Amino acid sequence: MSQTLTRDEVLKIAKLAKLEIADDEIDVYINELSEIIEYVKQLDKVDTEGLSPTNQVTGLNNVFREDKVLYYGYTPEELLKTLNNVQDSYVKVKRVIE
Amino acid sequence: MWPSLSALASDINGGKVKAVDLVNKALKKIDEDKDYNAIISVYKESALEKAQKIDELVKKGQKVGKLAGIPFIAKDNFLTIEGYTTAASNVLKNYRAVYQSTAVNLLEDQGAICIAKSNMDAFAHGSSTENSDFFTTSNPYDKNRVPGGSSGGSAASVALSMVPFSIGTDTGGSIRQPASFCGVVGYKPTYGLVSRSGVIAMASSTDTIGTITSNVLDAVTVMDIISGQDKLDSTTLPSKYKIDSNKIKIIKKAKIGIIKEYLDYGLDDQVREGLSLTIAKLKNAGYELEEVSIKSLPLALAVYYILCPAEVSSNLSRYDGQRYGYSEANSLDLESSYVESRTNGFGKEAKRRIMIGTYVLSSGYYEAYYKKAQLVRTKLINEFNEVFNKYDFLIGPTVPTVAFEKKSKKDPLEMYLNDIMTVAINLTGVPAISLPVPLENSLPVGVQLIANQKKDNELLSLALSVEEILNRED
Repeated sequence: MSQTLTRDEVLKIAKLAKLEIADDEIDVYINELSEIIEYVKQLDKVDTEGLSPTNQVTGLNNVFREDKVLYYGYTPEELLKTLNNVQDSYVKVKRVIE
Repeated sequence: MWPSLSALASDINGGKVKAVDLVNKALKKIDEDKDYNAIISVYKESALEKAQKIDELVKKGQKVGKLAGIPFIAKDNFLTIEGYTTAASNVLKNYRAVYQSTAVNLLEDQGAICIAKSNMDAFAHGSSTENSDFFTTSNPYDKNRVPGGSSGGSAASVALSMVPFSIGTDTGGSIRQPASFCGVVGYKPTYGLVSRSGVIAMASSTDTIGTITSNVLDAVTVMDIISGQDKLDSTTLPSKYKIDSNKIKIIKKAKIGIIKEYLDYGLDDQVREGLSLTIAKLKNAGYELEEVSIKSLPLALAVYYILCPAEVSSNLSRYDGQRYGYSEANSLDLESSYVESRTNGFGKEAKRRIMIGTYVLSSGYYEAYYKKAQLVRTKLINEFNEVFNKYDFLIGPTVPTVAFEKKSKKDPLEMYLNDIMTVAINLTGVPAISLPVPLENSLPVGVQLIANQKKDNELLSLALSVEEILNRED
């Protein structure tokens, strides 16, 4: 059976998602993702003429608050303590360029 | 079995029962039933300390909260200051939160004691707890079967009487489906009724927080405390819609639509029997019931499995190994650190959903999938509104099957199909409750009652009435 997704597409999606797919997993992904995509494709046939897309379901929009710093029981220092690798209150990452 | 929450609260307040004894009872039960794998971590010492403080206050004659000394279990995607919050994922295995979820805070403000955190499908992706990165929970009625998911540990913990109540999350059925499989009451409120602050996000447009209890009144008691507007979650509804115990009363008349599309689906015999029995008893009690059609309902699962992975792929992009969570120590540069941390940290189902979500949101496909799904979502909402013009409530099964055997669903789509009767509720934002139907010689079966958005008090009133009718001796 020909699949909806090709090997190249699966590798491209993985790249966008910052995931690496081992060679022996590629076929599994092609099969599983193709099956799911085939299933959701049933929506193609649905008439949605004149409808607007739903983003928020209860009808709320533009919920504003005053632009003021509030204290919620934890300080930036406490938050920094939960991070993997901090130096002088900056997150330290691996090198970006050679 | 535990007495009702209101009875427990009054016994604690009156000094008849000690909080320490309740906590010890829960700890003992958690230990006795540890082979069910319902629990990820237990907070023994802090729970006993909190209980002692409550007992001292009562002794001094001081007033304590509405749930003072009552132990509960939170699904492990609720941030707690105590211990680790893992979402049952290797990514967050060693994650300690610095702030707590609003729901846990509100319960603690009333003196309730979070005694343990329960197992779940990692990041709430699943319907069986088999996607937990740690272990699979067993169904309390048959150890070879799953408890449902993703709040499977929370449902099992109440069914096993470890605690009188637990809290969970429901994004596509994750409270109602395990409640149905474990024979307990699962409540999913209107979207935005309970603050999502401090709960690890899955699909933000459908994530809700609710309760698992052994009866409807306990659900009301807990929902009364955790529902309401929160400035930390701008999607919360104004507090006038919150659940209020005083508004919950038996209702004797209602027009209830039986969802036709769910009857056409291949239901297990026991599920069909449970639904028929409930319908017959309700008709007999004087409620008006008739079949009603919601034409787009069979499309709901396809809509959900576009929107949910899309939102999942976005919400899980924060786990990049740089700030917190699993980080690959030996990566050579930043780019490979992202890729290696995510590849080695995430489990299979999280990766599968990230991949689908990334695909449907990617350039060239966005209109065809994501936008189309949002349009069909609108169609579904319109049809629900139409039906609720004619009917006060809807009824149907919660899940097409009873609890299935572990490792019996080999294929991801087959697993997704188990959510076919729950996802539409999340897409339309309406509240629903799964109630156990007493059947002889059967695995647990749930019946699902549904109301329109913001009609949570009405729905819980109906649920209370239906529960009473189902448990009545003929």
